[in-house]
Amino acid sequence: MKPAPFEYHRPDTVDEALALLAEYGGDARALAGGQSLVPAMNFRLARPRVLVDLNRLDSLSYVRAEAEGLHLGAMTRQRAVERSEVVRRDAPLVAEAIPFVAHPQIRSRGTVGGSVAHADPAAELPAVLLALGARFQARSRATHRWIAAGEFFTGLFATALAPDELLTDLVIPPRRPRTGWAFAEVSRRHGDYALAGAAAEVTLDQRGDVAGARIALLSVGDGPVLAREGGATLTGSAPSPEAIGAAAHAAATRDIDPPSDIHASAAYRRHLARVLVRRVLTAACQRARGSSRSDPA
Amino acid sequence: MTAPRYIGARVPRNEDARLLTGRALFVDDVEPPGTLHVAFYRSDQAHARLRNVDPSAARRRPGVVAVYTAWDLGEYWRPGPLLVPPPPIPGLVFHQATQVPLARDKVRHVGEPIAMVVAESRYLAEDALDDIRVELDPLPAVVDLEAALRPGAPLVHDQLGTNLAAHVVQRKGDYQRARRKAAVVIRRRLFYDRGAAAAIENRAVVASWDPRAEELTVWDTTQAPIPIRNGLARLLGLLESQVRVVAPFVGGGFGPKIMMVYPEEVLVPWAAIRLGRPVKWAEDRRENFYATTQERGQIHDAEIALTRDGRILGVRDVFLHDTGAYDPYGLTVPINTQCTLLGPYDIPHYYSEFRAVFTNKTIVTPVRGAGRQHGVFVIERLLDAAARELGLDPAEIRRRNFLPRKAFPHNHQIIFQDSAPLVYDSGDYLPALERAQALIGYEQFRRTEQPALRAAGRHVGIGIVTYVEGTGIGPYEGARVTVEPSGRVRVATGVGTQGQGHLTALAQIVAEVLDVPVERVHVITGDTREFHWGTGTFASRGAVVAGSACYAAAARVREKILGVAGRVLGADPKKIELRHGTARVRGEANPAIPIGQLALQANPLRGAVRPGSEPGLEATAYFGPDKGSTANGVHAMIVEVDPETAQVEIRRYVVVHDCGRLINPLIVEGQIQGGVAHGIGNAFYERLIYDDNGQLLNASLMDYLLPTALDVPRVEMDHRETPSPFNPAGIKGVGEAGAIPAAAVFAQAVEDALADIGLEITEIPLSPNRLFELIEDARRGRAAGPIAAPAGGRALVVEGRFEFAGPREAVWDLLLDPAVLRQAMPGAELLERAGADGYRGVLKVGIGPITASQFALTVSIVDPDPPRGYALRVDARGPLGFVAGVARVTLTPGASGGTDLSYRAELEVGGTIAAVGQRLLESASRVMTGRGLAALNRELAARLGGSGR
Repeated sequence: MKPAPFEYHRPDTVDEALALLAEYGGDARALAGGQSLVPAMNFRLARPRVLVDLNRLDSLSYVRAEAEGLHLGAMTRQRAVERSEVVRRDAPLVAEAIPFVAHPQIRSRGTVGGSVAHADPAAELPAVLLALGARFQARSRATHRWIAAGEFFTGLFATALAPDELLTDLVIPPRRPRTGWAFAEVSRRHGDYALAGAAAEVTLDQRGDVAGARIALLSVGDGPVLAREGGATLTGSAPSPEAIGAAAHAAATRDIDPPSDIHASAAYRRHLARVLVRRVLTAACQRARGSSRSDPA
Repeated sequence: MTAPRYIGARVPRNEDARLLTGRALFVDDVEPPGTLHVAFYRSDQAHARLRNVDPSAARRRPGVVAVYTAWDLGEYWRPGPLLVPPPPIPGLVFHQATQVPLARDKVRHVGEPIAMVVAESRYLAEDALDDIRVELDPLPAVVDLEAALRPGAPLVHDQLGTNLAAHVVQRKGDYQRARRKAAVVIRRRLFYDRGAAAAIENRAVVASWDPRAEELTVWDTTQAPIPIRNGLARLLGLLESQVRVVAPFVGGGFGPKIMMVYPEEVLVPWAAIRLGRPVKWAEDRRENFYATTQERGQIHDAEIALTRDGRILGVRDVFLHDTGAYDPYGLTVPINTQCTLLGPYDIPHYYSEFRAVFTNKTIVTPVRGAGRQHGVFVIERLLDAAARELGLDPAEIRRRNFLPRKAFPHNHQIIFQDSAPLVYDSGDYLPALERAQALIGYEQFRRTEQPALRAAGRHVGIGIVTYVEGTGIGPYEGARVTVEPSGRVRVATGVGTQGQGHLTALAQIVAEVLDVPVERVHVITGDTREFHWGTGTFASRGAVVAGSACYAAAARVREKILGVAGRVLGADPKKIELRHGTARVRGEANPAIPIGQLALQANPLRGAVRPGSEPGLEATAYFGPDKGSTANGVHAMIVEVDPETAQVEIRRYVVVHDCGRLINPLIVEGQIQGGVAHGIGNAFYERLIYDDNGQLLNASLMDYLLPTALDVPRVEMDHRETPSPFNPAGIKGVGEAGAIPAAAVFAQAVEDALADIGLEITEIPLSPNRLFELIEDARRGRAAGPIAAPAGGRALVVEGRFEFAGPREAVWDLLLDPAVLRQAMPGAELLERAGADGYRGVLKVGIGPITASQFALTVSIVDPDPPRGYALRVDARGPLGFVAGVARVTLTPGASGGTDLSYRAELEVGGTIAAVGQRLLESASRVMTGRGLAALNRELAARLGGSGR
């Protein structure tokens, strides 16, 4: 379990990093927290010819509340996000989900951008950011662009990033009034890859009916799955247990086609998806109702 | 003797300062200058004929010093010894087949070493593994225990003509006659699977040959340094005194580190002598899953006969035991199962029969519990089923069947693993049960708490089980106790230490006998230069056997001290008393002489040592019990189950344990807490998942799930002390106790929590997925599905349908065109015809973090049936492993002029991708198949001049 030989670069600036990615393209891998890449290298599953270590790019590590939303620098450690009061205030769904990301030791190294760019189907952050409708900034030496979460995750460990692009910034849009959220997952042990997980954000209208519901699931597909049918089923109805049950049923039967593995069969995953969607929608609706009283808007 | 001062005290451990500050020496810390490093080429197939090994390219790689295969070993190549010959049981059949250093004719399990690379660093050694060319002809793997014994089954060892490793029948009384008198007979098929020991420290061996002293030093994580030294001396043609084996601090043993001798232990010292440089091998975690012995499954068909009031008349048990590819450890594990099944119960009639079976899996040798858990699970499950049938409380049926206090010593009339009759030395079971019930609040839980919680929709359950553990068996251990002039006492013994607290517990015994402060007693273990008689650390015997030897040696030193003190003080030795490291004539006012000073007196520089006496205050003594001592205990547990998600939370865990006289309650409690962690892992988390091809599908700690601190509650404990009459200090062992009954109590508690759903647990380990299936089956009123083939243990199946926008003949032509297939196959870099109905090519595949890696591909068409379909035999191999199997493709005319293609591939996956890639295999194969079929459809559309879908 020793990695194969590789060439190692540790740029001091984002521009240097982008120049290296431009030079080596698909031969290079960006190293963020290394919590997935380094084990894969030790198993020799990953044999990058060139490693571009981003850990000196302090300029990519921040949590910033701005008008268009909450900005997280790609190299912000997950532990910093977990401890941030600003995140708890502006993106409580992220705050609720992040303790489920592995263990404190791993979160101390692991980064927000690393998790998103890695696009593991079992990862919590991609699903949460998908539910929140976040946008990601991709930069290359020549270009920079914003990609919506819904277009960013393109398949199994696959993203819209080009080989010479680096994920630099993430922005989570401001929460609308009367909006509730919840995250839940089932894993073998706390911190393991979830057998299934669900994140939801629900907004109620003035009457208390569901104005919009975004549900994202993890560990039930090639990547994070936006449960459109589930969300659509709930939207427009009163958030009753029956309506929530119908939405959970729709999500579990029409939005996903989960795989089997040694820990969970497809049937068990589908069952868990239904249970978890029901639970997160129930909690999110409750919070949305609670927030309607205190929210100034 | 006066009231004990040190035996029974909660003395903080002498070794902890070194361990906790990172100063303790472990084998991997040993790196003499010029050390070379080893990596092994290991088989990625479970069963195959070894046609050829070509290490020439690896030998040419810079930094590689040597590459050895079986053929390079010459006379040194020989099968390992049989460690534990089978006990003298009438009619016993035993077929011996022991492991070899490097595979020569066949490989018999995944991970069996084929070649050994020695290089300047471990990195370079691992790089060179890619250069070794190995030709293996795959053979069908022997995996399933029942199938292995059927006529015509493939054979693990051709020369034996059978996969039967052993057949043993033990009888007590006449079960069939007892059964005829029974009011109730319960029969169950039970499946119990254990797992890897998963010590924190993997194995490691460092060997260094000193040509000037002509001495070999071997640092080894072994639990048995002395037998390793003796074995190596014999193998290498050296004097035993020329070989020094040091087992320094070892990060957990749990049984597998006593296997003698592992291939790596034989090869590393040999290479060090041959190369004249120190050589080091440290097992990595992945190797540990294949190359370190394990415990695995047994299938029991068990029956219990009882009277109407729940008294046991007899038990009949017939089981199969998986022994793996070789059986160097004899029958210890299944005989422990057979004997431990009797538990603390009065079972007058017993029939037990087992067959040990060779399989193409890693060798089975004892892992903490050593087959005892299997036996405990069987009897406890039978009692639970009987209690339900008879309307008795689970605690009550146990109480009714305990051996009474006056029954000891109790001879069970069958033979134990140490070849001696199974005799319980002492025991007092009822008070332990009552204490455990009181601690967990058994009655109150049943009467008030549980009904209240159930009414609130909560699923809480309680379990309580009992067990015995045979400990402290022979043959013997020894100890040398020396009083140094400083007044410190040195104790040397042959047993190594893997975290049990030997450096404290043995010191307490000596401190007690000599009345010296315990921190002044320095214990040295596991260095053959310090002490070279003994066997090792196993079978919960360190405290009992080495402890008793320390006790005896210290008693002799005490006599010597009294003699010297009497001479110096001019008094009758009988009048001398020892206190706090000094000796004086009894009476407070008399002057006290430090025993260090007496040690100097006993080793004079002038004058003469008197005839018939020996210099110094030193003595060596041995202890060899002809029978072991039997510890016992009760485990009780409260769980809460979420039947929606099949998650189980352990709310409380109580252990009342009796290991005779306690030396150090702190250490005993640590042993029990750690054992319970192992047991909970066994019950719900840990399972070695082998597929039908003998591939281990979870060879990493990502997928082989050890319980963490969050999954194991703090165990609430109490002790009872029923001293053993079989050793001077009355000690019994405790090393395995925590692990043994945990799964049985877990099963009972989960069943109780889900009583409203009404399921029965007949298998361990459980998992949330399996529990979900059992709940679903019970809710639908179905009998539970098969248990012997656990979920996930099958080969990879890829299946699906696809609709082509074109007629069947066109699709058929397309599927036979290599140029088209190459386009369709994601990553195909080359594909050409090979023979009439085959293709050969190169595939380069990678997904996400997995770098695209080359696979050599061969595809051949079997039974083509144009244009209806064909089967493809596919074989792709590369550095990351292999994928091989048959894919069936069927074409049927579709609804709107198109063609429906359905496919089903059953693939064996091996190597790294099988070992650590399971989580993603199905998703990845779906993605790749989808991409390929879409590309084919585009090509079809192009050919037909239309547009793709």
